[in-house]
Amino acid sequence: MTSLPSSTDKALGLVIDLDTCVGCHACVVSCKEWNTGGYGAPLGDLDPYGAEPVGAFLNRIHTFEVSPDDAPASIVHFPKSCLHCADAPCVTVCPTGASYKRSEDGIVLVDEDMCIGCGLCAWACPYGAREMDPVENVMKKCTLCVDRIYNENIPEIDREPACVRTCPAGARHFGDFSDPESDVSRLVAERGGMDLMPEMGTAPVNKYLPPRPKTRPNAAAPAASQGEPAPDGFLGWLDRALERLG
Amino acid sequence: MHPAVSVIFFTVMSGAGFGLIALIGLGMPLPGGLAAAFFIPALAGGLAIAGLVSSTFHLGHPERAWRALSQWRSSWLSREGVMAIVTLVLFGLYTLVWMLGGERILWLGLPVALCAVVTVYTTAMIYAQLKTVPQWHTGLTPACYLVFSLTCGLVLAAGLDGFRSAGPGAAGIAFAAILIAWAFKLAWWARAARSSLDAAGSTMETATGLGAIGAVRLLERPHTGENYLTREMVHVIGRKHAVKLRLIALCVGALVPLLIALAVWFLAASALWLIPAFVALMAGLFVERWLFFAEAEHAVSLYYGGRNA
Repeated sequence: MTSLPSSTDKALGLVIDLDTCVGCHACVVSCKEWNTGGYGAPLGDLDPYGAEPVGAFLNRIHTFEVSPDDAPASIVHFPKSCLHCADAPCVTVCPTGASYKRSEDGIVLVDEDMCIGCGLCAWACPYGAREMDPVENVMKKCTLCVDRIYNENIPEIDREPACVRTCPAGARHFGDFSDPESDVSRLVAERGGMDLMPEMGTAPVNKYLPPRPKTRPNAAAPAASQGEPAPDGFLGWLDRALERLG
Repeated sequence: MHPAVSVIFFTVMSGAGFGLIALIGLGMPLPGGLAAAFFIPALAGGLAIAGLVSSTFHLGHPERAWRALSQWRSSWLSREGVMAIVTLVLFGLYTLVWMLGGERILWLGLPVALCAVVTVYTTAMIYAQLKTVPQWHTGLTPACYLVFSLTCGLVLAAGLDGFRSAGPGAAGIAFAAILIAWAFKLAWWARAARSSLDAAGSTMETATGLGAIGAVRLLERPHTGENYLTREMVHVIGRKHAVKLRLIALCVGALVPLLIALAVWFLAASALWLIPAFVALMAGLFVERWLFFAEAEHAVSLYYGGRNA
C-alpha cells in the first residue's frame, strides 16, 4: 500500500557528520558490496571495465566547496543516500504498491517483485536517493541494511548498516530518532543537525551535522600582521651585525 | 528531465485519442452510417491505445504493468491507468450501441466524455504533482494537457465531419480552439521562465545545508562517469536549443493549423482540410512535449552542479 503510515513506532535513520567525513568512499564500497549480496537483486553494473561504466549505487559521496565571505574556501565531503523521509513523496507516487514505508521502524523499502520500473519514484525524490538497476530494471534504494540490523546470524556489533560499520572516521551514526535520548537524537541536538532541502516538505529522518566552524588565523594571535619578533641573544647579535654590513 | 520517446508519444497520442473520445461523447456532429460508427471510434480508441501501449515501453518490467492499477487511492499514475481502462470500456459500449442502433446516445456519451477528460487530467497530474520539478508543479500543467487534448479531438472530429460534406462552421471553432490552446501554453512557458529551482527556494545551499557557512559549489561528482540520475534528471541538452524549438513548435503546431482553419472557414472549403491541420498540430505537439521534458529542471541537479551541471 503506497499510502504513508500516519506514524511509525520507531524512526530509524542515519546521522552524517560533515565535519568528520574525510571523503574516502569506504561507505560507498561497503554499501555496494553488502547490497550486491543481500536484500533483493544484486546492485548491477554495465560495462564495468569498459569505456562507459555505469552502475547502481545506494550511497554516493559528492564533494563541495563552500566559500564564506570573509575566509578561505573549505571542502566538504557529502555522503548522500536515502533519508527515509517521514513524508516520503517516492512512496505515494508508486502505482503498484512496490514502494512502502514500514510502520514499525520507518524504513522506506521497495518490493522488487512488484516494481514495474516506471521510475516515477526517482522523479519524486529531490535527493537522488533512488536509482534504477541497469540489469534487473527495478528501482534500488538504501534499505538501511534491513538485512543486517535485525540479523541474528551475524555478531551483534555488525547489526548496523554496512556504511556505518565501515566508516573509518566515525562520521556515520545509526539509531532511532523517535527516542529523544538515543545517541543520534542527542548528536542532532548538540551539533545542530539539519534537514536537506527542508523546503521540499519531505521531513527527512536522516540528519546532517554541519562542519564545525574553522579556526580563523586572523582572529587568533595577531602574529603575522606585526612581523617577526626581534630575536635576542646570539641570533640577535648576529642579526644586528649582519644588518651593519649592509 | 530525460525526454523518453515512449512517454512523449504516449502523452501526445493518448491526449488526442481521449480528446476525440470526449468530443464524440459530447455529441460533436460526425458522419452517420455503419462505416463511420466503426472507423471513427476505432481511430479514437486506436490513438488512445497506441499511446498507452507505447507508455509501457519505458517500463523496466512491462509484463507487470497490470500491477499499476492497484494504488489508485494514492498514486496519480495508478489513477491514470484505471481511468484509461474505464474510459475505453465505456467508450466500447457506447460504440457498440452506436453501431447497432445507428445513433449516438447522449446520456451514454456524457459519462464517456467525462471519463476521457478525467483520464487526461490524471496523466497531467503525474507531472504536475512533482515538487521536485518546479516548472511542472502548477495547475497550468493539467490545463495545458486538457486544452491540447480537447483541441486535437476537436480539429480531428471537425476534419472527419468533412466526409459528410459538412459546412465550414466547425473550422471557425477549430481556429478558436487552437488559438486558446496555444495561449495556455504561452502562459505555461511564461510561468516556467519564472519557476526555476532557485525561485522555488531550492539552491545548492539548501540542498547541502551548507548555506549558513557560505556559497556552495560542486568540486567533484561522486563518480567520473554518468549514472541513472544524471541521465534521467540532469539532462541539459534541451535548454540549449529551447528558443528555436519553441518557434518550431509554434510554427508547425499553431501557425500552420491556424492558417488552414482560417482558409477553410473563409473560403468555405471542405472541412476535410482540417485533417492535415490536425497532423501539423500533432507534429507541433511532439516538439512541445519534447521540450516539456527536456527543459524541466529537477531538484537533484543541485547535487550535480546546479545549472552548470
